[in-house]
Amino acid sequence: MAAARVLRAGGCYRRHPLSSASSSASSGSGRAAERGERPDSVGLGFRPPPHSHSDWIGPPDKHSNLRPVIFYVPPEESALERRLREARQEAQASNQRFWARHNRAFRQEKEEFIYSRLKAKGLEMRDESGQKATLSAEEMADFYKDFLSKNLKKHLQYNRDWYKHNFRITFLMGQVALMRALRWLRGRKRNVEQ
Amino acid sequence: MSAARSCRPPRALAGLFVWRLRSTGARQMPCRFVHLYHVASSKLITFQYCNFLKRMYVTQCNKDLSQRAKPKSDSIVSPFHELQQLDQEKKVVHKISSASPVPQSWSEMSSRNELRKIKSAAETEDSVVPGGAESKEDRQWKEMKLRLDDLPGILARLSKIKLTALVVSTASTGFAMAPVPFELTCFLLASLGTGLASCAANSINQFFEVPFDSNMNRTKNRPLVRGQISPLLAVCFAACCGIPGVALLTLGVNPLTGALGAFNIFLYTCCYTPLKRMSIANTWVGAVVGAIPPIMGWTAATGSLDAGALLLGGILYSWQFPHFNALSWGLREDYSRGGYCMMSVTHPGLCRRVALRHCLALIGLSAVAPVLNITTWTFPIISLPINLYISYLGFRFYRDADRSSSRKLFFCSLWHLPLLLLVMFTCKKSVLEKEDKGELRGGSHEMAMEIRLP
Repeated sequence: MAAARVLRAGGCYRRHPLSSASSSASSGSGRAAERGERPDSVGLGFRPPPHSHSDWIGPPDKHSNLRPVIFYVPPEESALERRLREARQEAQASNQRFWARHNRAFRQEKEEFIYSRLKAKGLEMRDESGQKATLSAEEMADFYKDFLSKNLKKHLQYNRDWYKHNFRITFLMGQVALMRALRWLRGRKRNVEQ
Repeated sequence: MSAARSCRPPRALAGLFVWRLRSTGARQMPCRFVHLYHVASSKLITFQYCNFLKRMYVTQCNKDLSQRAKPKSDSIVSPFHELQQLDQEKKVVHKISSASPVPQSWSEMSSRNELRKIKSAAETEDSVVPGGAESKEDRQWKEMKLRLDDLPGILARLSKIKLTALVVSTASTGFAMAPVPFELTCFLLASLGTGLASCAANSINQFFEVPFDSNMNRTKNRPLVRGQISPLLAVCFAACCGIPGVALLTLGVNPLTGALGAFNIFLYTCCYTPLKRMSIANTWVGAVVGAIPPIMGWTAATGSLDAGALLLGGILYSWQFPHFNALSWGLREDYSRGGYCMMSVTHPGLCRRVALRHCLALIGLSAVAPVLNITTWTFPIISLPINLYISYLGFRFYRDADRSSSRKLFFCSLWHLPLLLLVMFTCKKSVLEKEDKGELRGGSHEMAMEIRLP
């Protein structure tokens, strides 16, 4: 029952672009960059205005609660900038995968827990007025404790990965910012000399 | 608990102190008055902050297991308006009631299959989205471009400015309670340095927690989560606050205070933040983080770590437990899903026991204050009612273990601490009183409460 509901939800869920975009981005990014298009926006259903030279961030995803980002690919993207963009895309895809799966598991297990507890009490999922029957917070506490302890190891692994991604991206951002600043200074020096 | 009721006590007390000042015929009245007014107004600021917090948490706590949107009329909580737009499940519900030809009375639904059919019909309609809804979603996409007009607001939220203000007020209380003549420049430098250190610590904390904050209702509107600022800028801001802050404390105040400030930043960002997701010990570490600012205020004034500093730190340490444990009781679902190891989720009995234990410890610590010559004996007597009240609420929370008792305890903790610190300050043992004791003939102790002279 719960599994069928999840499958149905998965069927109606828009095919997430980041997993496909990250594979197609590397091959298509060269061509896309020439055209000034953004490969990420393909599955997200939103296209940033063509004159915009910045990244765009969207509303939180239904499953992962994370906000997807459509990255801007400048026509003359340096190797460093490309590394930064790919690191951000990879982190985004990895976070999306983890949280979508995790939240889906939470919802599913919560439904199953409520169902089994209500059944044990001899109640139906929906009462006479059609309202969805819920358990009290104290009854749900057992589920929360159980869920947290089951997923602790998964979280520890994710924490390590997230911290690595975060530091790497921030460090690359620093390098790119420095490179751009030097480039701008060199440009100014050249103008002054001319 | 109305705003008026919680604001009245400190204002009345402040008025009483001013009257007392005038009647004692103090020698250096203007300076004392300015000093007293400053401390009292900082307590009032804290009360305004507490009332804001109450409004924020009342609306958040009302969510329970269902996602009810906040009332739009409350302009102060406007950052959370996005909740309404972003709740996808509500959209489906609206579509069912308006679009599909479903009998209005739910009681006619006998089997679950019919419900499933309606849900799938609504979902297929969802996929064939009309043009109006599409552009609405498009409007939710924001350009990640930093606007200078927005920057102060963004940085204020990044540094958790209201929490920083509370931290600075506890540090200034520590400074004011120190048994030394008051120096305004030292006081201002210590407060500024503590504030900058707190801003830095809070920014790094948010930098580390972006995906977790996205998944929790309380924190999903933070600047890094919304992409209003880049992680690089957040780190630079933290460095620009932390380094001058600690330098100011070390060079402008004294090295001990600077060391405490640096240690506190490290404890909060590198110990507490990662520990939140590993073990329940994070609560105790967090309590130490909260206890250090008043100690910093004291060491800024005296230059040494006395028993008085440790007592003040102890009071703040004990206060953290009823405050945080009661708050975390209502957030168990979010903590469980987000992967946070909190006592309220993993060891609920311990959670309530520790909260009660520390409420009672506050009574004991208040009684120790006169023994260490920090306050007169009036302090434990006057503070007994408020300490007993919070202990009573702690006991109710321990016994009932439900949402209403946890909320009562949490809201009580919000006004309990500022009030306790204010009473402590007014009961402070005057330095001059100790010196004058030999000069006074007949020992006319006209006032029970003495105000400290600068």
